[in-house]
Amino acid sequence: MSQEQIDKAIAKDYAAGFTTDIESDTLPPGLTEDTIRFISAKKNEPEWLLEWRLEAFRVWLEMEVPEWAHVHYPEINFQEISYYSQPKSMEDRPQSLDEIDPELLATYEKLGIPLHEQEVLAGVAVDVVFDSVSVATTFREKLAEAGVLFCSISEAVHAYPDLVRKYLGSVVPRKDNFYAALNSAVFSDGSFVYIPKGVRCPMELSTYFRINEANTGQFERTLIVADEGSHVSYLEGCTAPMRDENQLHAAVVELVAMDDAEIKYSTVQNWYPGDAEGKGGIYNFVTKRGLAHTNAKISWTQVETGSAVTWKYPSCILRGDNSVGEFYSVALTNNMQQADTGTKMIHLGKNTRSTIISKGISAGKSSNAYRGLVRVGPAAKGARNYTQCDSLLIGDKCAAHTFPYIESKNPTGIVEHEATTSKVSDDQLYLCQQRGLDPEKAVSMIVNGFCKEVFKELPMEFAVEAGKLLEVSLEGSVG
Amino acid sequence: MLSIKDLHAEVDGKTILKGLSLEINAGEVHAIMGPNGSGKSTLGHVLSGRPGYEITGGSVEFMGKDIFEMETEERAHLGLFLAFQYPVEIPGVSNMEFLKAAVDAVRESRDEEAFDTVSFMRKAREACTAVDLDQAFLKRGVNEGFSGGEKKRNELMQMMLLEPKLCILDETDSGLDIDALQVVANGVNTMRAEDRAFLLVTHYQRLLDYIKPDFVHVLADGRIVKSGDKTLALELEEKGYGWLEDEVA
Ligand SMILES: Nc1ncnc2c1ncn2[C@@H]1O[C@H](COP(=O)(O)OP(=O)(O)O)[C@@H](O)[C@H]1O
Ligand SMILES: [Mg+2]
Repeated sequence: MSQEQIDKAIAKDYAAGFTTDIESDTLPPGLTEDTIRFISAKKNEPEWLLEWRLEAFRVWLEMEVPEWAHVHYPEINFQEISYYSQPKSMEDRPQSLDEIDPELLATYEKLGIPLHEQEVLAGVAVDVVFDSVSVATTFREKLAEAGVLFCSISEAVHAYPDLVRKYLGSVVPRKDNFYAALNSAVFSDGSFVYIPKGVRCPMELSTYFRINEANTGQFERTLIVADEGSHVSYLEGCTAPMRDENQLHAAVVELVAMDDAEIKYSTVQNWYPGDAEGKGGIYNFVTKRGLAHTNAKISWTQVETGSAVTWKYPSCILRGDNSVGEFYSVALTNNMQQADTGTKMIHLGKNTRSTIISKGISAGKSSNAYRGLVRVGPAAKGARNYTQCDSLLIGDKCAAHTFPYIESKNPTGIVEHEATTSKVSDDQLYLCQQRGLDPEKAVSMIVNGFCKEVFKELPMEFAVEAGKLLEVSLEGSVG
Repeated sequence: MLSIKDLHAEVDGKTILKGLSLEINAGEVHAIMGPNGSGKSTLGHVLSGRPGYEITGGSVEFMGKDIFEMETEERAHLGLFLAFQYPVEIPGVSNMEFLKAAVDAVRESRDEEAFDTVSFMRKAREACTAVDLDQAFLKRGVNEGFSGGEKKRNELMQMMLLEPKLCILDETDSGLDIDALQVVANGVNTMRAEDRAFLLVTHYQRLLDYIKPDFVHVLADGRIVKSGDKTLALELEEKGYGWLEDEVA
C-alpha cells in the first residue's frame, strides 16, 4: 500500500467515523481537535469560528492548570469530561416533581419558587415553552422596537456574524488563562446582547427570558456590546439552586462598553455546593471582564453562594479617559465550600475611577478568599480607586483571607484600601434570642445587614430574593 | 408568675448562685440590690437562658412552666424580657429592622398576626419619643455607636414594643443622668400593669424614688439575704452592705 493510499484510507475511516458521530447526541469523554470539529459542525458554524476554536485549543494544550488560588480540589482529568451533549430527551428526564430529591424541593419551597418553575429548574420533563412563549414574545417585540439584539450566541453567530467576529475574544483573549482558553475551544452556548448607539435598553435583560435557553451547558459564553451612549442592565442566574450533571463549569463573559455607554451586570450564582462533606459540588471557574471606553461605566454586582469551588474575578479594563469600574460582591461559603473571588481594576485612561466593595461570609468549615488587583498604568493620571473588603466569620472552623495587590505606575493615582474582619458573636446571638428571634433568623439578619451595601446595587426584586437565598444557604451554620 | 426555688447556678465552672429563692406575682415590682459581683446579672442571664450558664440545682417556674428545658427565644416568647447591663452592638442591622423582626417573632409565637410595616413604624416612633430618643436612632445599626445612656434607652424602647410579662432591668439606671433616669422611670411606670411584673436590679436607691417597688431584696454571695419593703433600700443607702454580710456570716 502506498503512502498515498494509506493516507486516503485513514482519511476515509476518519470521515466515516465522523459522520456516524455527528448523528449521535453525546460525545464520549475526551478532548482532541476532532471533538472541537464535532462541536462546531453540530452547531453548523462558519469556518472562521472553527479555526478560532482550534487555535484556542492549541493554546490551551500548552497551558498549565492555574494553582495560585486559595482552593484545593482533586486534579481534574480533562480527558474524562464529555464536551458535548444534547439536552436530555423528555423520556429520559424525571417525569414529575415526585422523582426529585425532596431536599431540593424543600429549598425551592423556602425560596417561594412557583411550581412550574420548580419543574423547569429540576429538569422535569415539562413543556418549557409553556407560558414563557407569551412572556418571551412580548419581551422580544419590545426589544426589537428599541433595536436591541438579544439571543443565544449560537444564533448570533449566524444572524450577526460581523458583530460576533469583531468582539468575540476582544476582551478576554483566548490565551488569557487556562479556563478561558478551554472555554474558547469548546464553548457550548450563552447569551449575545447588542445595544445600539444611544439606546437605553427598555428592560432588565435576564437569561431567564432568553429563548433556546434549554442547555447553555457547562462552558457558557456571553458577549455584551453596548454601543456609544447606550445603557443596559443584565441579570445572570437565579436564586434557586440549579442541578447540573456536569461538575466542571468554565464560563467566559465579555463586556464592551463603548464611549459614554453603561453596562450593569448582576449575577446570582447558586450552583449545587455539594453535600455537607462537599461531595458532588460544582467547580466553577469563571473569567469575566469588561472593557470601558471613554466616559463609559461597567458595574459588576455578584452574589455567590453556590458551587463547591469558585474561582472568579470579574474585572474592568478602564481604557478610556474618565471611565468608571465598579465591583460589588457578596460571597458566602458554608460547610466545605471554597471560594477565591475578587476583581481586577486596570486603570489605563486618565481620571479613571473604580470602587470595590467585597463582603465575604464564611460559615461551617469553609474557606473564603478575596483576591483583588488594582493597577494604575503610567498614563492613568488622576486615577482613583477605593477598596473596601469586609469578612464576616460564623463559628470558629471557617477561614477568611484577603489578598490585595496594588501596582501603581502613576504617582498621581490614589488607591485606598480598607479591610475588616468581624465575627457573629455569641453575645449578638444571645441578644437576638433574648428578643425572641431564633438563632438562624438572627444570623441571617446579621448577615443581611453586613451585605446591605452590595444588595442595594441589585435590581429590587433580586435584592429581596438574595436576602432569602443567604438565609437558606446559611441553614445549619448555627446551633 | 415567677417562682424560683433554691436555685444553684454556675458560670464557666464557677458557682455563682447558691440557693436563691424568690417569688414574683403579676403586678408586682421587685428591686434587687447587692454588692458588685454578688450574682445579680447572673440571675438575669440564668433566667433568660444565656449559653454557658449552668443550672446545678433548684427550680424555676415562669408563667406556670419549667423554663430550664426551654431555649432562650422560647422564654422570650413566653414574655420574659431582660434589659441588658451591657447591650451589644449589631452593626449593619437597623434598629427598626431588628425591632420589627423581634416583635414579629414574638407575635408569631403567640399566633398573633404581624403588624403591617406602616403601623409598626408608627408604634416604633411613639416608643422612640417615649424614651426621648431621636427618631434617627431607628435607622442606625442596633446600638452601633450609641452612648451608654442611649443604649439603655434603646433597651427600654425594645421592652415597650415587645410588651413582655416579666421585665428584668439590669442596672438600667447606672450611668444615667437625672433626666435620663426620669425617662426610664416614666417608661416603667407607664408599663406597670396588673398582668406584668418587674425585677429591677439597681445599685442606687434614687431609682426607687421614682419607681416605687413593692419589695426590696438584698442579694449577697449568690443568695437573697434579706427582703423587705422600700425602707430597706433607704437603710442600705445609709449603712452599705457590710452589716448584712456580717449578719449572714
Ligand atoms: N463568664 C464568667 N466566668 C467566670 N465568672 C464569672 C463570669 N461572669 C461573671 N462571673 C463572676 O460571677 C460573679 C457574679 O457576677 P455578676 O452576676 O455579674 O455580679 P453583679 O451583677 O451582681 O455585679 C462575679 O464574681 C463575676 O466575676
Ligand atoms: Mg451586674
